[in-house]
Amino acid sequence: MAVLLLAEVTNGELALDATAKAVTAAKALGDVTVLAAGASAAAAGEAAAKIDGVAKVLVAEDASLGHRMAEPTAALIVSLAGDYSHIVAPATTDAKNILPRVAALLDVMVLSDVTGVVDGDTFERPIYAGNAIQTVKSSDAKKVITFRTASFDAAGEGGAASVETAGAAENPGLSEWVEDKVAESDRPELTSAGVVVSGGRGVGSEEDFKIIEALADKLGAAVGASRAAVDSGYAPNDWQVGQTGKVVAPELYIAAGISGAIQHLAGMKDSKIIVAINKDEEAPIFQVADYGLVADLFEAVPALTEKLG
Amino acid sequence: MKVLVPVKRVIDYNVKVRVKADGTGVDLANVKMSMNPFDEIAVEEAIRLKEAGKADEIVAVSIGVKQAQETLRTALAMGADRAILVVAAEDVHQDIEPLAVAKILAKVVEEEQPGLVLCGKQAIDNDMNATGQMLSALLGWSQATFASEVDIDGDKAVVTREVDGGLQTIKVNTPTIISVDLRLNEPRYASLPNIMKAKKKPLDEKTAADYGVDTSPRLEIVKTSEPSERAAGIMVGSVDELVEKLKEAGAV
Repeated sequence: MAVLLLAEVTNGELALDATAKAVTAAKALGDVTVLAAGASAAAAGEAAAKIDGVAKVLVAEDASLGHRMAEPTAALIVSLAGDYSHIVAPATTDAKNILPRVAALLDVMVLSDVTGVVDGDTFERPIYAGNAIQTVKSSDAKKVITFRTASFDAAGEGGAASVETAGAAENPGLSEWVEDKVAESDRPELTSAGVVVSGGRGVGSEEDFKIIEALADKLGAAVGASRAAVDSGYAPNDWQVGQTGKVVAPELYIAAGISGAIQHLAGMKDSKIIVAINKDEEAPIFQVADYGLVADLFEAVPALTEKLG
Repeated sequence: MKVLVPVKRVIDYNVKVRVKADGTGVDLANVKMSMNPFDEIAVEEAIRLKEAGKADEIVAVSIGVKQAQETLRTALAMGADRAILVVAAEDVHQDIEPLAVAKILAKVVEEEQPGLVLCGKQAIDNDMNATGQMLSALLGWSQATFASEVDIDGDKAVVTREVDGGLQTIKVNTPTIISVDLRLNEPRYASLPNIMKAKKKPLDEKTAADYGVDTSPRLEIVKTSEPSERAAGIMVGSVDELVEKLKEAGAV
């Protein structure tokens, strides 16, 4: 069996962590060919070739693949699909946009956010905001899968795969990219960070979110947020952790001023160690916390920042 | 322009689900069901387009068990003009897969000829995040997923999307499929008079067979299990104690 893996490429650069985690998941299924597609993708292809376990890299460079618009990118993958039993990608917004389109064009179902591979046909995935795990067996000829990266370790470096070029498929010309508004961040990327410090409604204002950021910076952590904090404008939406935001599983997750709604827990309850700081001792977050502290976060968080490091 | 809004009846988002002891699924008997929260946002956006004079008719469609009628009545009470119910399941525990739903919706689109399909980005039960993209593929239309801002301008739609790392704005040809994200709008509540009026709005009942679509699943559910339980944690009394525990655990 052979696997085609859509690499995560942003502005010509490979997102190594997400791609390497998907490689780990895909290796169990067969020989892995990585597809690096974009307006510029050669450097990303070279980087992907070094991931341990990658058998081959295909580089598809074309202006139509810039920003990986769903229609031309899906057409490219479908044009290559004949040789592969599995078409996979890390479950990023790019892949969630593209892969269901690929699946429908191939008349097969998609397996979203897979967290476990049982065998070539059988997979585990969380449903109901992670409150149940479903094991499903696909009867489709080709499996189209996105892997939840937080569930797999990143494959190491040391591979030496061959790199070939692939031609872009015809651009259906249905859409065009206008602009990106990228949130600036010097901190580690949320989904791959080893430590995440998150703030919720209890933080109270955008200004006060700085105490969350200060603790994160002390720990070299990424900053996360609950939906309440994002909706209230305290934090940008791409910091949102949860069912509709990002799913993280760091070594340490510190939740300050977060009650712990089902939708938030869906995005962080697989973290190794969870710390909750909340002044409400009844807050549901304490049910999943390894260490809970009932305290005012405006005192506890700065004190923690001072005492760490 | 006509707008088609697919809505799904799902377990209410506040309910803590229970996995059945025999591993056959999640227990949905006697559980509160509601409209999928993302679909409420899609309905709201369709109504706002109508209020802005950009849409002239809103058709809500739902696929599943007969009780999905209630979900459609909710959409009608919010402001949809008429509804189509496609009965495709006998039992509430039978979830029709996104591929089959997309195939049925494609037939509905053929019949209704909308200029726009507005759907939720994912259903909170199966968490698939696929139906809109699949429908778009089957129709050969453009797609704009995870929308946080929508501006329809003649034969183009400018859509801002919530992507990893920030926001992306794209321009798509219409007709198009837009899947909506949480931050697109704040859905309105249906008022009592509107709930009463909604009872008189037209609701067509069809079956999957009427559209010639086979809804048999491609993914056989082998089992459904509880996620692994976390070991019980401890409460600490002070920041000092917390730091000590974290150091002991090697976390900092």
